[in-house]
Order: sequence, then structure tokens, then C-alpha cells
Amino acid sequence: MTEVYDVPYMIRTRDYYRAQGYETDYVWAHNSETPFTPLSKPVNESKIGVITTSMPDTEQGRKERRVYSLPVSPIPKSMYTAELSWHHTVTHTDDVSSFLPLEQLKRLENSGEIGEQADKFHCLPTEYSQRNTTKNDAPEILNRLQEDEVDIAILVPL
Amino acid sequence: MGLVARHLEEHGIPTLIIGSARDIIEHCGVPRFLYLDFPLGNPCGKPYDKEMQFNVIKKGISLLQTSTAANSIEQLEYSWADDNAWRDDYSKVDDGNRAELARRGEDRRRQQAAEKAAGRTRAAMIAEG
Repeated sequence: MTEVYDVPYMIRTRDYYRAQGYETDYVWAHNSETPFTPLSKPVNESKIGVITTSMPDTEQGRKERRVYSLPVSPIPKSMYTAELSWHHTVTHTDDVSSFLPLEQLKRLENSGEIGEQADKFHCLPTEYSQRNTTKNDAPEILNRLQEDEVDIAILVPL
Repeated sequence: MGLVARHLEEHGIPTLIIGSARDIIEHCGVPRFLYLDFPLGNPCGKPYDKEMQFNVIKKGISLLQTSTAANSIEQLEYSWADDNAWRDDYSKVDDGNRAELARRGEDRRRQQAAEKAAGRTRAAMIAEG
């Protein structure tokens, strides 16, 4: 029986950067305390919004990394993922539902297990700069979710 | 993504992260995390496996309903493969690719300098090839 272990992504990334000649190690975000907001209403009465780290598969989305909002219907046939650090040698992102759960949430909406899916989902660029994320993108995502009046956010990083 | 989840929670929106980089998420500290022990790229389940993908999200909904405190983490029972080859492969550095990685780093720094000179301040993490 092969021993299963979690892939040590922080260590692997550190060593990968070092091998490319970067002298300063990336410092991963770390916090000793974590905020927690209880649900304000039951899930089957809640509106759910989705956030992905993939970008729109358009000329603009491939060129400019920023926050985008797209309609959940029709479900996009593809998303731009080429620049992200997913495991390119062992899998692929050709099936959007394997990383963007719009079809699944529609099914749960139809069966009444969630209240509804928000009309839009949002694309968040993964950033080397944590400052870009905390000062620019996180407030922008919050604004857009508030405009959508979502009760719950599901975040799905690739 | 963990930083954004924390920001949303601080402003009153409950969140769930579904993903596969457990060490990064735990290091950051997030309210609710559904962990799928798969290669990065398919956090909602194997490509084209509709039932697995649906069950992953159903589990996520269940975690939202049951979690009562921060750092609520649940692991899904699915496994990607019978062996660890994929785990060992991620961002591997060995004698077979060391020279190539060093060269790629040089290219990347040239590109970064050009982007910075052009006023572009955003950069992704290094993509795994």
C-alpha cells in the first residue's frame, strides 16, 4: 500500500523559484486568527455566488489579468487557465465543470437544495503581489457580490 | 483566494473554499475549506465525471450547513490515482531539468523587467510546466 501524502506546495514552489535563480523566497500569507461569519439564512433560501481564478477565454481575458464578471448562463465552454499554476503535466482544464461549478449549482437550484445561483460569477486573478489582492481585488470582489446580493460565496481556486 | 475569503467574511459574507492546495490554505487560515486531494486544476472533480463533480459541490453545501467555527476543514474521499507519481511530479527539480529551469528563470526576469518598464504591475505565480 503506497503511503498517501499531501503535496507540499509551499516547499515545492519555493524550490522551483530557487531553481530559476530567484534569491528571495515567496512569503505565503499566514494568519493566527481567522474571521467567521455564520450563515444568515438556510442554504435552501440563500443566493450563492461563485469566484474562480480562471480568466475569461477572450482576447481581453487572455491579455489583461484583473477582476471580471460573467453571466452564469450560458455556461462558458472554456476559460483561460494557461497562466495558472495547475498541474499541466497530469491533467487538463478542458472540462469547465471540473473547476467552475456552475452546472452543479444549477442542478442544486433546480432540486431546491440551494435558494438560487447568482446571475453572475466573478474571475479573480491569482497574484504574486498579496497587496494587489488585499487592496484592490478583494474589495472589488466584495462590491460585486454585494451588488449581486449574494448570501454565500463559493471560492474555487485552480 | 484565502485572502479574499477572509476579506468577504470580515464584511459579512460567509464563504467556502473548494480546492486542492491544503498546505497553502491552512497556512493562510480560512473559515471553511473542502479539500479534494487531486492535482491542481480540477478542484470540483475529475474532468467529465459529472457525478463526482456534483457530489463534490453537494459536500460543499453540507459543510456550509454544518460548520460553526473558523478553520472548518473537510476532506473528500476521492483519490486521483493508485500511486504517488503525480504527487512527486509537481514542480519537480532534478538534474534532468535544472539547467532548463535556470534558463527559464533568466528569460522570465527579462520579461518581468520589460513589463515593469511598461507600467504593468501584475504578475502571476510561476506556472508549473
